[in-house]
Amino acid sequence: MALWEAVLELADDHLVLGHRVSEWCGHAPMLEEDLAMPNMALDLIGTARTLYDHAGALEGAGRDENRLAYFRDERAYVNCLLVERPNGDFAQTMLRQLYFAAFMEPYWRQALHSSDAVIAGVAGKAVKEMAYHIRHAGEWVIRLGDGTEESARRMQSAVRALHGYTGELFEAGADAGGVLPDRAALRGDWDRVIGEVFAEAGLRQPDGVPMQSGGRRGLHGEGLGHLLAEMQSLARAHPGAVW
Amino acid sequence: MSEQARAWAAAAAVPDPEVPCVTVAELGILRWVEMRGAVAVAGVSPTYSGCPATAFIEMAIEAALCQAGFEARIERVLSPAWTTDWISDEGREKLRAYGIAPPEGPAGKAALFSAPEVSCPRCGSRDTAQISAFGSTACKAQYQCRACAEPFDYFKCI
Repeated sequence: MALWEAVLELADDHLVLGHRVSEWCGHAPMLEEDLAMPNMALDLIGTARTLYDHAGALEGAGRDENRLAYFRDERAYVNCLLVERPNGDFAQTMLRQLYFAAFMEPYWRQALHSSDAVIAGVAGKAVKEMAYHIRHAGEWVIRLGDGTEESARRMQSAVRALHGYTGELFEAGADAGGVLPDRAALRGDWDRVIGEVFAEAGLRQPDGVPMQSGGRRGLHGEGLGHLLAEMQSLARAHPGAVW
Repeated sequence: MSEQARAWAAAAAVPDPEVPCVTVAELGILRWVEMRGAVAVAGVSPTYSGCPATAFIEMAIEAALCQAGFEARIERVLSPAWTTDWISDEGREKLRAYGIAPPEGPAGKAALFSAPEVSCPRCGSRDTAQISAFGSTACKAQYQCRACAEPFDYFKCI
């Protein structure tokens, strides 16, 4: 295991979640959210692009961002399972965004001091963007959790659906040799933000939920294959196509 | 005028494609221009990770340098990350005159769950409200003035 694989894990997390969020484009429940979703997707995909190029350069096998994004199959993807979970309803999408951003914000804050200049550079941008995502998604989780009976029921059911995928965020993946932050050490920061939002939203974190794992080893849910099929079909049908 | 100064002037005059009232220099995304032998190399920083205008801006700067008679190259500068603190005072005034409220205060001070207080670029009132945290481009949010009812873009402070 090597640094490039750890960077690839990060890149996959951002691309897969970015694609998921982009699926809302044109389908969001209101115009403001139709603007918010593609904006958040762009942040994630933009970060993924730089990370893919960096992973490719570190690997040294001549793979660029397009090669890595479009020409790897499901089993070669090493994203965590949380990011590939289907959008579900709006509540589930916003909770997934909060779970992810509340992890990545302290992650990038640590990575600002990385000895790897590209990672530190990406972190400088991404830490601010993730703070913005926490705020946006957090406000929705509060609004829905503390809203009507229907919205609260949906928010709590989103918690049930996604909570079991949060443990994997803190698992160590490929060994980055100390160049990337220690994932397990970010638990306190994540717990604090989620706890704050849940308290205001009137949501409960479920106890005793078994944590799912396997994404870092290429073991994915059914949804990822469908996502990749849609995302990769153009690049594979027309190899070498560029915008 | 030195070759370096001439190259800087050519690159610095390029307008931002999405906010054409300000130049890339006033926005602070053109970091430097230096001569490496006969080649003019421009350092450019993206505003947001996924800003779709990034590639276009780089092309426009390269084209401006070529038009000024230079062989040109662009280097993308990620670190330190661009911040709205680098928008010049002149740039802020131009944004306001264009109808876009410039970022308020220094970056990195935003509280987790509160929208910043923003002055209306039209009437100057502080009585404004955020309509949408995200706007027409990655760098902007949407506000409305309660005093004069003007809806306007706010250049997010990052």
